[in-house]
Formats: sequence, structure tokens, C-alpha cells
Amino acid sequence: MTKPKPAAKSKPAPKAKPTSKSRPQLLKSPTGIQGLDEITGGGLPKGRPTLVCGGAGCGKTLLAMEFLVRGATQFGEPGVFMAFEETTKDLTQNVASLGFDLNDLIARKKIVLDFVYIERSEIEESGEYDLEGLFIRLGHAIDSIGAKRVVLDTIESLFSGLPNPAILRAELRRLFRWLKDKGVTAIVTGERGDGTLTRQGLEEYISDCVIVLDQRVSDLISSRLLRIIKYRGSLHGTNEYPFLIDENGISVLPITSLGLQHIASNKRVSTGVARLDAMLGGAGYYRGSSVLISGTAGTGKSSLAAHFAEAACRRGERALYFAFEESPAEIMRNMHSIGINLEPWVQKGLLQFHATRPTIFGLERHLTTMRKAVNDFKPQVVIVDPLNSFIIGNNVTEVQFMLTRLVDFLKTKQITGLFTSLTSGGSALDQSEVSVSSLIDTWLLLRAIESGGERNRGLFILKSRGMAHSNQIREFLLTDHGAELRDVYVGPEGVLSGSARLTQEAQKQAALMIRDQEVELRRIELERKRTTLEAQIAVLRAEFAVQEIASVKIIGQEKAEEAQLAQGRVDMGLSRKEDATASKRKSGPK
Amino acid sequence: MKTNPTQPAPPKAEANRYVLQLFVAGQTPKSVHAINNIKKICEENLQGRYELEVIDLYQQPQLAQGDQIIAVPTLIKKLPLPLRRIIGDLSNTERVLVGLDIRNEA
Repeated sequence: MTKPKPAAKSKPAPKAKPTSKSRPQLLKSPTGIQGLDEITGGGLPKGRPTLVCGGAGCGKTLLAMEFLVRGATQFGEPGVFMAFEETTKDLTQNVASLGFDLNDLIARKKIVLDFVYIERSEIEESGEYDLEGLFIRLGHAIDSIGAKRVVLDTIESLFSGLPNPAILRAELRRLFRWLKDKGVTAIVTGERGDGTLTRQGLEEYISDCVIVLDQRVSDLISSRLLRIIKYRGSLHGTNEYPFLIDENGISVLPITSLGLQHIASNKRVSTGVARLDAMLGGAGYYRGSSVLISGTAGTGKSSLAAHFAEAACRRGERALYFAFEESPAEIMRNMHSIGINLEPWVQKGLLQFHATRPTIFGLERHLTTMRKAVNDFKPQVVIVDPLNSFIIGNNVTEVQFMLTRLVDFLKTKQITGLFTSLTSGGSALDQSEVSVSSLIDTWLLLRAIESGGERNRGLFILKSRGMAHSNQIREFLLTDHGAELRDVYVGPEGVLSGSARLTQEAQKQAALMIRDQEVELRRIELERKRTTLEAQIAVLRAEFAVQEIASVKIIGQEKAEEAQLAQGRVDMGLSRKEDATASKRKSGPK
Repeated sequence: MKTNPTQPAPPKAEANRYVLQLFVAGQTPKSVHAINNIKKICEENLQGRYELEVIDLYQQPQLAQGDQIIAVPTLIKKLPLPLRRIIGDLSNTERVLVGLDIRNEA
């Protein structure tokens, strides 16, 4: 008995640890309810009753039931559920939709369900009575399975069923003390009263821990809220926390539970548009960063988002696309028209769409659905298109909270989040509807540029944390092979885009052509001049040659004449019989 | 289970025959009062045509759930129908008689 016990009781061990290690703390019973243990710092006070109160239909019974079921299944603490309002059969059916198989738990002696039936018309009072019957009944149920947890679901029904409230009050006080003595952790539920937490002022008797549930409807959308009013001997979150009930039971969403402790990745991911990558320091978004694409209607926000999704799938990553305005089929068809084919990725299982109307449920529910989808699909890229459809009426603050939580959640998971936001016409462009600017790392702004009777799209980067990015406006074109970014012309008339840009381009082209032609003309002229010059040179040369020949001839003739003259003189001397020297001279050279 | 055999009640087929159960918790003054009171009322009003069973819930706690007992003492009129419950020590005889639908008869 001594040895195997610690091993078998491994679950309650963590609760005992803090007492020995740090300051002695109140022992707590973990509820197992998502988020509730977080804000209560470990659960409900162990061995004490807790009051859970709230209006009709705000989830008291469910919270209590989940506390019991989780206790029985996860923490090895069997429980007794004493229902004063719903029959056992109804209860079993009601919680079956949350995946709790009560019949099985009852059969395995983990849970006892006891429906207390009180019918006022059947009851007559005659003299003094007490509630010992209830005590015996509850005690018997607790003992039969060794229960550690007890739920009394709306014990106040006793007041309407039994006469003499004075006796009841005294007896209830005795009951709660008795529960404490029994050492069971109990949840007592109570209906909200007029000006009081519960109709019969149960909060006077149960003062260790009081949790108030509320359901509020604003702008047709209801949200459930949980608040811990008091928790003796323990720190607890004091805020109102949204919670929701889905197929997994209750989850409370502590808004501020996450700190700013995300790791930052240096890795970059392509935007899917080469030119945009170039604008973002040549490499695209940071992995795990949050990207906002805002712009007026029809500026191509979704197209950029689709590009990003496709690029992720191409890299072999998973992308999760939350669409709040279009159905998946519509998105795929529309993106097909600009040459983005998403279907194959959906078939390959790399791309998943989640399309819902924002109004279908409250923000918290959306957030949990998204969290769940992310946890299930484990994507590297998450797209929310668009953010601002959540804003209905003036719930901007709530939306902002929700986005903070979403962005935080994605960042801790190192998921790149891309959000689109519709800026309504007239409002400042860089003031995104949902003032999420501070949460966003990279903000692309798409704007319509109206000039010359047309509307064209311009894109620029409003901010991009941690990277050198282009400061220029680009014209953003949606072609049949995807989005394209073009340079825009900035001239005296301002930014030129669309056909104005085309005109400008044509003009530039024409000017260029004229210049080319001029150059060609000059070249031809020069060539012609050269040819002429060369021809002239040739003529001159020919003339010169002729003259040269003539001159040479003349020179030759002159020489011949000279020789003849000399010969003539000798001959003449001979004939005149000059002196001997002259003859010698004449014969000498011979 | 202490069936009271004081009155064997011979006319069994009688329609207005009473089957009563009194649930108590131990031998508290309230229990004792209740037992004495109901015996007296039965003797005076239903002589010969009633069955009274006194159940101590401490002895048989499992019966509390089945018979929907919360308050003690509880007197249940099982027959004749409709089922009625009278809680308290039954010191108010008038109320008991109304509760047992004897008042109109008697």
C-alpha cells in the first residue's frame, strides 16, 4: 500500500510540489478546462465549494459537468453530479454532443448522476423538517464511488420546491460546511438574481471562490464571458475572459496570457511575386512575421494573398486560408482568371480553405476555430481574408484583442500570417480599419490611382520591419499570368499609371526611335562624305599619275636632248679637228 | 423496514386503501415526533385500511435516491394515487389530513 501509491497517485503530485518547494499555497483541483486553470492559477480550491453563477443559458451546467468529467477522466477524481433541474437522461444527452459519454463513466463508477425531483404540488408541509435526506443521499453517492468532486446544479431550485426558506437557508449553510468537512471539491451553481449574484444569495454561504458567467449580445452577436469575482487565498486573473462552448467543451481565452517572447526567424519566404520580393529587400517576408495587405475595394488584396499561398505550396509548405467573404470555389475560380491555379494544391492537401461568414459566431469562437484549425493542419502560412469583416458595429476593441491573440498565437508557432484589410473609401489609407498596425511587421498598401479617366492599382510598402525595402510606388497589374508590378512614371503631372503610363511609354519609344533615326542619318551622311572624299582623292591621284608620267617623259626627253647636244659638240670638234687632248679625251673612255 | 403489523387490514381489495411510507433519519426528536404523529393520525382516520412503513435512511441510504427524498421526515402516500409527499414532523394534523386527501373524505 505504501509503495505503489505514489506511482498511482502521480497526478496529484504536482499539486503537492509547490507546497514543499515554494511558499505554501492553497491546494487546487485542476478543472482541465482550457484556459480556466490558467486564470485560476491551477484550478478550483481543493476541498472547498465554488459558486458558479450566471444567467440562463450561459454555460453553468456545462462548466460544472466538464469539471466533473475531466476530473474523472484526466485527474482520477470521481465525481457526483446532483441535478435539480435536468433529468439524468436529458443531461446525458446534452453533454453527449460534447463528447462526454456519461453512461460509460457511470458504468465505470467514475461518475454518479442523481436527479433530484421536486414537485411543489406534490409536497405538503407539516411541521419542522430538515434536509438530512439530501445529505444522506449525497453522502451515499459520494461514498459509493469515492468521489472527490461534487456538483450541485442549481441547488436554489429547492427554494421553489420546498416551503419554509428559513429552514432551507440554515440547511444550505450546513450543507456547504458538510461538503467542506467531507473534503470534496464542489461546484454549486446558481441563477443570477436581481441585483445579487444568485437569487437566494448563495454567495453569502460559499465565499471561497465565486465565478460569474455572463452572456452578452452586442450587434446581434453574443459572446460568453467568465470572471472570477473572488478566490480566497489565491491569486487569480481579474478580467472578464471570453469563453466559448464548442464540440470540445469550454475554453476560456485569457487575453493577456501570452507574453512577447516569440523567437524571430531570419529566414525569408517569397511573396509569390518576384518583383515584390525584390521590393522587400530582395527576399520577401520574414518567416513567422505578420503581413498586412490593406487597400480599398478591388485593389487586388486577395490576389496577393493567393499568390502567397501558392508560393508556399510550391515550396511544399502547407497553407491555411481563412476566407470570410468568398467561398473556396469562388476564390479558386477567381484566382484562376489571373493564372493562379490553387486546385491542385487543395487536392494535394497542401492548401486548406476555411470559409465562414464572420457573423456566424462571436469573435472568440472564430479565434478558437482558427486556433484549432491551425493546430490540426499545422500550416506554415496562414491567410485571413479579410480581417475587417469581423468589425460589426463598434466592436473594434474586441477585434483588436482577437487579432492580438491571433498574431501572438501564429508568431509563437512561427507561422507567417498574411491578413488583408479593406480600407473603406474616404478614410485615411494608412489607417487600417482595424488598428492593428503595431502588430504588423510588413504592411503593403494597395491603392487605386485615379487619373485620366481610369482607375489603376498602385502598390507600396508602408513599412517592413527589419529589412531594407523599396520606397517606390509600383503599378500593380493583374494579368492572366498573375500579378505584375511595373514602374510608374513620375512626371510633372504626378504619378502616371495605366494608359497614361502606356502613352508615356509610347512617347518615349517614339522619341527614342527618332533619335535612332537621326543617328543613322548622320552616319549615312558621314559615309557619303567619306566616299566623296575618297573619290576625289582617287581622281587627284589619277591626275597626278598622268602628270607624273608626263613629267618623267619630259625629263627623259630633256636628258636625251642634252646628251645629243653634247655629242653634237664633240662631233663638231672632231670635224673641226681640235687638239689632241680633245681626241684623247674622246678615245680615252673607249 | 418496519412494517407495522398492528392493523392487518382485512379488506384488501378496498379502493381507498392507504399505503404510506415514512422516511426518517435516525432517532432524532423530529423522527420520533413524526412516527408518533402519523401513527396517531392513521389510527384515528384510517383504521383498518392502511399500511405504514417507516424507513430509516441511515440504515438504507440507497433508498433516498430512488424515492426522491431530500427532506426528512418525509411521508409518502403511495396509494391511493396521486402520489403525495408531506414533509416535516407531521405536527400539523390539519395539513397532514389535507395532504393525505383524507380531509375531504372524513
